[in-house]
Order: sequence, then C-alpha cells, then structure tokens
Amino acid sequence: MEKALKKYWPFFVLPTFAAFVIGFIWPFLQGLYLSFCKFITIDRATFNGLKNYIFALTEPDFLHAFWFTALFTVVSTICINLAALAIALALTREIKGTNIFRSVFFMPNLIGGIVLGYIWQILFNCVLTLLGKPLLSLHAPYGFVGLVILMCWQQIGYMMIIYIAGLQSIPGDYLEAARIDGATERQILWKVKLPNLMPSITICTFLSLTNGFKLFDQNLALTGGDPAHKTEMLALNIYQTFYGRAGAQWKGYGQAKAVLFCILVLVISFCQLRATRSKEVQQ
Amino acid sequence: MNQNKTLKDNITSIILGVLSIAWIYPVFMILFNSLKKETAISTGTAFQLPTSETLAGLANYVNALTSKGFLTAFWYSLVITLTSVVLILICCSMCAWFITRVNTWYSKALYYLFVFSMVVPFQMLMFTLSATADRLKLSSPYTICIIYLGFGAGLAVFMFCGFMKSIPIEIEEAAMIDGCSPLRTFFMVVLPILKPTLISVGILETMWLWNDYLLPYLVLDRTKGYMTIPILIQYFRGSFGKVEMGPMMASIMMNIIPIIIVYLLCQKHIIKGVAAGAVKG
Repeated sequence: MEKALKKYWPFFVLPTFAAFVIGFIWPFLQGLYLSFCKFITIDRATFNGLKNYIFALTEPDFLHAFWFTALFTVVSTICINLAALAIALALTREIKGTNIFRSVFFMPNLIGGIVLGYIWQILFNCVLTLLGKPLLSLHAPYGFVGLVILMCWQQIGYMMIIYIAGLQSIPGDYLEAARIDGATERQILWKVKLPNLMPSITICTFLSLTNGFKLFDQNLALTGGDPAHKTEMLALNIYQTFYGRAGAQWKGYGQAKAVLFCILVLVISFCQLRATRSKEVQQ
Repeated sequence: MNQNKTLKDNITSIILGVLSIAWIYPVFMILFNSLKKETAISTGTAFQLPTSETLAGLANYVNALTSKGFLTAFWYSLVITLTSVVLILICCSMCAWFITRVNTWYSKALYYLFVFSMVVPFQMLMFTLSATADRLKLSSPYTICIIYLGFGAGLAVFMFCGFMKSIPIEIEEAAMIDGCSPLRTFFMVVLPILKPTLISVGILETMWLWNDYLLPYLVLDRTKGYMTIPILIQYFRGSFGKVEMGPMMASIMMNIIPIIIVYLLCQKHIIKGVAAGAVKG
C-alpha cells in the first residue's frame, strides 16, 4: 500500500506543501535573512550584520514590552487556570443548570480579539468615569488590569472545557475506591483528581502561556499601547516598529525583534512542555 | 449528609448563576448601547438603559449597513472563511493521510515542520508574508485562502495525524487490495471515518478565520476596498476624525449575532471540537 500511495504524492502532498512554502517556509527564511539587513522593500536590502539585534536588545521600549508581557502572561495564566479549574470542578458535580452555565462561560471565546477589546474598553472607561479615575488609555496600571480581566473573560471558558473533559475521563472506580477507603473530598481532590488531571493542566498552562505571549488583537483594541507605549506588549511593539515609524532602519529593527520574539516563544513552549510532561501519571 | 450536600449544591448553583449573568453582561451592554442615539452615547453613561428620549431604534444598524460598508465586509469575511476552511479541510486531511501512512524520512520531516509552524508567532512572518502575497497576486479575498492554507496547515495536519494513527490500517489495505486507487480509497473509505475530526478541525479553523485581524489587514489590498469585519471595526476607531460609536457598536453586534446563532445551533459539536483539539494539541 505504501508503494502505491507514494506514487500519488502530487495529489496528496503537493497542494498543501506548495501553500505551506508560500505561506510559511519562504516568508520564514526570508524574514530570518532580513533580520540581518537594512531594508524598506525586500528587493533593496543591504547586509547589516548584527546591528539590528544590538539595537533591539538595547531599546528601552522593547525591554519594557518584554517585562510587561512576561508579567501579564504569568498573572493571566495563574488567574485563568485557577478559575477554570474551580468552575470545572463545580460543573462536574451534576448540579442544576450545568449545561447553561457551560454554554455561557464558553461564549466569549467565539468573539474575536478586536471586538472583545472594544467591548471592554467601553465598559472599563464607563466604570472609571463613574469612579472619577483617569481613563484606560491614560493610566498604565489600569491598562494592565484591564488586559488581565479581558483575557480571563475570554479564556476561562476554553480552559474550563478542557478541564471538564479531563475530569470526565477519570475512571469512576478511582473515585469510588478512594471513598470506600474513607478519603475526604479534599483528599480526593488532591490525591486522585489533580494527579489524573495532569495532562489537561499541561495543555492548559501551555495554551495560556503561549496565548499570553502572542497576544496582539486585544492589546491593540483595548489600549493600543497607550499611554506612551507603557501597555505595549511584544507583538504590538514589533508591529509598531514595522508600520508605525518612518525611516529606513526601522523595518530591520522590527524583523530582528520578531526573530527574538519567535525564539522566546519557541523556548517557552519547549521548556513548559517538558517540565509538565515529567509530572504526569500514567493511567 | 444528604441534606448538607443539596444545600451546598444550591449555593454553588446560585454563585455560578450570578457569575454567568456577569459573564454575558458586556454583550448586553453593547446591545442596548447600540440602540441609543449617537448624542446619548458617552463614556460615563454606558451602563444606563436607553430611555424613550435616547432610544434610536435600529437607526445605527441601518447606518452601518448602508453607509459604512458593513455588507461588503460581511461578504468578504464570509467568502474568506468558507473558502479557506474547505480548502484546509480537504488538502490537510489528504496530506496528513500521506504523512501517517508513508513512513520515510521526508514524511517525518514534513510532520515536524508543520508542528514547528504552529508555535511560530505571526509577527515573525508578517512583513515577508504580505510581500510574498503581493508579488504572487494573492491579495484578494478570493485568493487569500491559499495563504491561509499555508499558514493554517500546521494545526490541521497535526490534528488529523493524531486521529489517523488510531484508524486501523487494515480497512484501507482491504480497499486497496480490492482494486481501489489511493485517491478513491481516501475519499470513499478514509474521509467518512474522519468525519468527527473534520468537524472539530473545521470549527477550530472557522473560529480563528472569522475573527482574524492582522493577517487579512496586511495581506488584503485595501486600495481596492477589501476588508473583513474586524478590519472594519478597527477602522471606526483608527481613522481620523470623530469616532461614530453608534454604528461601531451596531457593527460589533452584527459581528457577534451570527456567531451566537451558529453557537446555539451546534453547541455540542463546538464544545466537543474544542475538547478534542486540546487533547490532541
């Protein structure tokens, strides 16, 4: 069968592979090369050595964006996962209205980042006006809290679904055996449910970490980086370097930042996956 | 003991009930603000329900539909989402079948390339990708699906591969021995078995495509007036001059309403699809 299939590769692999080259491989390699160049358009690029990288690593705005993103990601990952797990535990107790609650909590996930950002901008600004505080785009800490709340609102439902699926896949025998042995509800949670939930926890932390680092739409719509780039996250900072400034050097800087950003996301995904995989128990 | 448990359950129900009302409140807030008159919308009064004086009826919706280009944006969004999802489902499932059934170094290399592409952030490619799309004349809503096929292939191939490993190879071998060509085997035997995964992947890709902002914003040729709904909504804010909040909120509602209708209709599939996608991911 393998032999017959191999002959048919133009039908099976070629369309996807050709599109993959156009949509991923070629732009990726070109981007990698251009990060060492000074350019406005791709045709007219001059080799620049490591200058772009040196600039990127010493630019205060970029470093600030890095720390802002890191802090945001850690805080939002913790909030999202704790809340999602708590709701999932509550929803697997077979109480009334479970289905309605599940649908409602999941709903924000279907709404896109730009729309979400504007919805919450209107809401936060109204709250802040009523409290007599400065608006969202004038005070960076509010922007940070706003982003965390927005992210929680969007992601909790998604993670909740994954946790519910994880909880439902724990064999009933385990829980029954624990109860017969006289375990309290708390002991069951810590000693039976959580260890068996490790695969779901891996996936959810992984997803919320990478989502946090790659966040762009919500950031652009909610604060747009105001005030004075103080709430700018990495992705938005790169975008602004590319398209928000005039001058021949900026595109090269932006591309170098993008490569650094890409390496960062890859490293995080890799470490995170290894760290939690080793804690999983076998069923 | 039993009574204690029902009491506890009732308290959990009430807490969750309050929480879920808070959860949908933002959407309702936009809904009733979109019914207000332009002059009545300000940052401090967003929580007030429209009164008989400030109620504008559907004027904002009519305005957004007729003079703000919502209909064209909706049409382009629809075209892009549908063509891309169909293309991704067909091409990526074929590719994934080849990768799982042909065991050579290049099929493995291809698989890891696809997995790698899932993690790479879009900012890495955005400039070069939009330049490539421009040069290859792929910057119209009818051809952007090729870009999406390339950029979105990672997740789809990954999920299809994960599922295909669990399909017994004997069924396919039997079909081939009976004289089916690989193409026929794929469409008559493999694709029907794959139906649940097709639905899951389709839903995940649709959620992403319908809401995607940056890729179409950079790739589509805006001088020809191509825009999707997220781009239109961003335009309300980003363009110079006074922001027209009324039509903007009407557009937001018209972006959300189709999503919610689809969600209510096939909720079961969507939730299953998300769970399946995550377990494979």
